[in-house]
Amino acid sequence: MALKDIDLEIQQGEFVSIIGHNGSGKSTLAKLFNALLLPTRGDVIVGGKNTKDGDKLWAIRQQVGMVFQNPDNQIVATTVEEDVAFGPENLGLSPDEIGRRVDEALALVGMEEHRHRATHLLSGGQKQRVAIAGVIAMRPSCIILDEPTSMLDPVGRREVLETVQRLNRQEGITVVLVTHFMEEAALAERVLVMADGGLALSGPPAEIFSEGEQMRQLRLDVPQIVQLAWELRRSGIPVPREIFSINELVDYLCQYA
Amino acid sequence: MALLRDMTLGQYIPGESFVHRLDPRTKIIVTMLLIILLFLVETFQGYGLIALFIGGLILLARLSPRFVLRGIRPMLVIILFTLVLHVFLSEGEIIGQLGPLKVTKEGLFKGGMMVTRLLLLIIGASLLTLTTSPIALTDGIEAILSPGKRFGLPAHELAMMMTIALRFIPTLLEEMDKITKAQMARGADFETGNIVQRAKSLLPLLVPLFVSAFRRADELAVAMEARCYRGGEGRTKMKQLLFTGRDYAVISLTLTFAVIVGSLF
Repeated sequence: MALKDIDLEIQQGEFVSIIGHNGSGKSTLAKLFNALLLPTRGDVIVGGKNTKDGDKLWAIRQQVGMVFQNPDNQIVATTVEEDVAFGPENLGLSPDEIGRRVDEALALVGMEEHRHRATHLLSGGQKQRVAIAGVIAMRPSCIILDEPTSMLDPVGRREVLETVQRLNRQEGITVVLVTHFMEEAALAERVLVMADGGLALSGPPAEIFSEGEQMRQLRLDVPQIVQLAWELRRSGIPVPREIFSINELVDYLCQYA
Repeated sequence: MALLRDMTLGQYIPGESFVHRLDPRTKIIVTMLLIILLFLVETFQGYGLIALFIGGLILLARLSPRFVLRGIRPMLVIILFTLVLHVFLSEGEIIGQLGPLKVTKEGLFKGGMMVTRLLLLIIGASLLTLTTSPIALTDGIEAILSPGKRFGLPAHELAMMMTIALRFIPTLLEEMDKITKAQMARGADFETGNIVQRAKSLLPLLVPLFVSAFRRADELAVAMEARCYRGGEGRTKMKQLLFTGRDYAVISLTLTFAVIVGSLF
């Protein structure tokens, strides 16, 4: 998928989600961020480093971690701790330092008690959290997640999303979440909508999801709750545009009545 | 799949025994020494001593002898085949005849020898894999082979390949199971017919399995690169292998035993 005319800047500590149809270029864009793909024209600059600069390749990949869609195809080792240690081992750190980072990363994703378990016995959500820990152990400033929940059950999805939000809020790690679930996209501070290899829309979720006509033209759904809020607004109940979750809407409606 | 499930060879039994806690390199070296010894020795007295030695190791490892012996089962056909070949096809003093088949004294002796040798070989090798986790085993092999790096031996790459193979065996078995069920739901028949027909019926299993294995390999390679993997160069390990007095003692003891038994029998 070729991308064109994308002018984008992501700040440290931001939580950005990317949505779009299959083939809209969202995964391609994600792979440009950590130099798994290089642009044929234009530049991708990560923390002042151009991804085209071969000398900085490993520094960039350490700084921008990536979690993939299929949990089975990104876990390298047979036990949890060995897999989390894989990244730091590649960085050539001392054994003590690797051990410390594995402890720390497993604690951050809430998988400490599974440290010695075999990776193939974990649930999908646990596998993805191990994959996230594997990235965290390299101390990145940014994590790209390429549809991390699309192969998980609802419980697994919630585990992964809660972990991602915590890392963003508590650890100040920049998060770029590629997804096709609108509810997930709404968790971000900024939503990027990709279409035909270009950036179609960009803005906070409240703005993106209120542009009903435009989203319809791009043939993208909005979260059901947002749709419900539209209908409520149309029938005269002034639901605020910032409401994206069931709980928020319930709270609002209870107070309204 | 029954074969893979029953194989004791390659099934680690976690434990805290003396043998379990030995450095994997020690256990690999001891196993190698025993294998070499088994091929040098050509008397039953010698085999008896080796059997005692291996029996001692099993006791030290606190493994149930019955479980260790179960590892022989998948190899039973090969063992019987070896015995039959030796008994009937050796030249020498005839002690019995069954149609065109002659049983010779030499044949019985040689057959018995080969079978003992094979049995001890299998038990010795499975002792290594029963007491060493696959990861420790891979680390040990990498460490033992790493001096060969200077002569172009890809020690790290071999170890990484083994790690990944171990990691994907359960995944691919699971997938095989899924494909089998999917094909059965479409009316595939894996159970009836002669051996050729049954082999043919495996094709619709193997093709999707291979396609998916290649796709997995591709994705895994990208994921490894994204985690800064660039071969063994400059890579460190979280778990360091450590030789202790125990390890030196076990190796020198085995070496002494091997030299004595090897030269006497």
